[in-house]
Amino acid sequence: MRMWAQSHLCQKPQRVTSVLAAAFALVFLILGGSQSASALPAFARKYGLRCSACHESWPMLNYFGQKFKDNGYQLMNDRDAPIWQNPGYWPVTFRITPIWHRVSTGKVAVDSGTEGGQVEQRITSSGFDLSGLDFHTGGTLEKNFSFYVLPSSDNTGAFHFEQVFARLDNVMGSPWFNVKLGKFELDNLLSEKRILTLSGNGGIYQLYHFIPAGDGNIFGQMGDNQLGVEVMGHSANDRTRYSVSLVSSNDGLVGLPYGAESYSTFITGSQAFDAGKLGVQRLGFYVMAGQAPTTWLTSGGAPIGGSGTGNKGYSREGFFGQFYFGQHFDVQVVTQHGEDSAWFGQGYGDFVDAAASNPGITTCPPVCNNIPGTQLAQGSRNPTWNGVLVEPHYVYSPQLLFLARYETIRMSQQSTPGTRSDLGNITTYTVGYRYNPFMTSRAGFAWHNEFNLFHQDGTSPLSSTNINTSELLLGFDFDF
Amino acid sequence: MRFIGAILFTATLGLVVAAGFPARASAQEAPDVGPTPRLVVKPMESHIGNVTGHAAAAKSDYRRYCAGCHGDLGDANGENAVWLDPKPRDFTIATFKCRSTPTGTLPTDEDLYNTIARGLTNSNMPIWNTFTKQQRADLVAYIKIFSPRWEKEKAGDPIKVPAEPPVTLESIAHGKALFTKLECWKCHGPAGKGDGPSAATLTDSKDNPIRPYNFALGKDDSRFKCGDTNQDIYKIFMTGVDGTPMPSFADVIQPNDAWDLVHFLRTLQINRHGKENEVLSAAHGVIPPYVDRNPAPTAAPADNKSPGGGQ
Repeated sequence: MRMWAQSHLCQKPQRVTSVLAAAFALVFLILGGSQSASALPAFARKYGLRCSACHESWPMLNYFGQKFKDNGYQLMNDRDAPIWQNPGYWPVTFRITPIWHRVSTGKVAVDSGTEGGQVEQRITSSGFDLSGLDFHTGGTLEKNFSFYVLPSSDNTGAFHFEQVFARLDNVMGSPWFNVKLGKFELDNLLSEKRILTLSGNGGIYQLYHFIPAGDGNIFGQMGDNQLGVEVMGHSANDRTRYSVSLVSSNDGLVGLPYGAESYSTFITGSQAFDAGKLGVQRLGFYVMAGQAPTTWLTSGGAPIGGSGTGNKGYSREGFFGQFYFGQHFDVQVVTQHGEDSAWFGQGYGDFVDAAASNPGITTCPPVCNNIPGTQLAQGSRNPTWNGVLVEPHYVYSPQLLFLARYETIRMSQQSTPGTRSDLGNITTYTVGYRYNPFMTSRAGFAWHNEFNLFHQDGTSPLSSTNINTSELLLGFDFDF
Repeated sequence: MRFIGAILFTATLGLVVAAGFPARASAQEAPDVGPTPRLVVKPMESHIGNVTGHAAAAKSDYRRYCAGCHGDLGDANGENAVWLDPKPRDFTIATFKCRSTPTGTLPTDEDLYNTIARGLTNSNMPIWNTFTKQQRADLVAYIKIFSPRWEKEKAGDPIKVPAEPPVTLESIAHGKALFTKLECWKCHGPAGKGDGPSAATLTDSKDNPIRPYNFALGKDDSRFKCGDTNQDIYKIFMTGVDGTPMPSFADVIQPNDAWDLVHFLRTLQINRHGKENEVLSAAHGVIPPYVDRNPAPTAAPADNKSPGGGQ
């Protein structure tokens, strides 16, 4: 859903910011009073349940919603097969978010006015904007045959297939065996596709996408939907879960643009416990490991799609926990230890993007490929890092949720000896709230307000010093 | 500083607006849409084993999971109720289908607790087995705030379910004879397909159309409204399904008769693998005529439409 780029270059007087924000809130006050709900989110309409039955706060799932998803979008009753539904049932939901946001990016390289000279400068922009548009369509083709198709656009209307899969559910009558094939989100229980935040840096989990500075491995991004097959299973009440995915090392891109014969696997398992008045607590682990190409055959200097060779390894592993402290407060935690091959650490891996963004250049870096006799720089090492994500929620009511997030990722070993130890480290803070002025099974609408601070060490383009970026976002997040 | 001021201002204003909404929406008329009307949550309790449920603790969960169908006031008038078939339970009447207690009495806390986790097949009531025991116990207590019956009456005493006798061809034959004699077929149909001559005319106590159970659809994973075991079927005979035309036979048949009826009904689930169908298969699918060695008079049971329709 994060579809707006931080590329606005106009500067506004800050007093204007305050006025616009106040005006926006007043508009909300007026419009919100109408409580109009004009359309039908697919699953809630099908089963006649409020959004809150499945979502702690839409779109984040609660335990019941997770079980519904794990069952193949079925409640496991006689209402699951679409043939029993009202002919008017149409399993489609649209989601889009008009917003106002203010982005302030530190240390952008800008021309200084002197010939060829550049300086670093903070750029702040603000204005009204749109998210991309998601067409969610999913559900059951028949009892125990489910599907999901999600054409998704960026905020210019350029579409791609964000998610497409069919799933055999409860194979041989057992919830322990479900098979999914297509493009899908890896089985992250703290789902980035159901993230409660919307801003550029705050709208993703940095831990799910981290790549060390100068690293060319784009394949180990747990947050991106991947192409592959998944086998998963769970107990009847979903307390115990596992899943194993085998995916192409193409970062979910169609057409095998990178490795035609390179694969990755994602394995996760978790166990939940009934902790009485505290609620259900869940602990689990995940491992993503695989290989991806570092070199390609070329034709006329251009990489040949799918010709990737020189597969090298990488891994991401960690633990996660969902801790509940009564009905109003919970904390979601994810840890990660990551490691890439030294080849990735030296910039090999993403030749396709690198070549596209550096036309005419074939030297490494920035374009690292199978130049004859290429050898890794002496002493190159596997880059490694550790990170943690903590996201507490205060659920004032099913209609109002406050959230915060702290993420930090620290390099423990740089690929090139002598590199400053904190190069590429990330720290980010996010706070916000989502308020749903109505709560029915007919549509979802959230007044969304969020603020994010993003800090990265040593990656400014000219001085190699730290970068700080902030974003304030307000919007109407709705689906129907 | 101005930027921080903008953040604080917009956040505060948004929250003020948010806080104002419940009061605005509470004046809405049925169906129950929007924030919860101001409802006094009586200090009701439930007791399931060593877990004590408190109504006040379930206020948020009820609103999150239940009110869309059952209504904020428990009157089966949630915004989804109009679309549902069968209609949701009306808690203000405190009449419940799935009980271990005699017809007309209040169910035990455990009956309601089990219903929440089991869900109700052939209805929109899901299986809420992701809840903690405490959550379910709290919801049971919350259900009690809607009807004064819970303050005036105690739950009935659970009926005793005797040990199940062996499945024999004779017990199946006797069950079939009872099925005919008690006129079960009038609603459920001769083959248990829910297509008896009275089926189309049935209504619950709120005059909503209601369909008799179709046994023939049952497979190995089949469930009945109030459970999936033979004991559950036995209890349905002996307690009735209050609020529907399904009566209690507790005063009409003896426990062994009820078990024989259970064994016969299982044979109507022709796609289910079970002891009953094994016995019937061994007899080449033929149920012999039942010879009553100890004839005794039986009376037809009264219609059991106590107040309260819906699931």
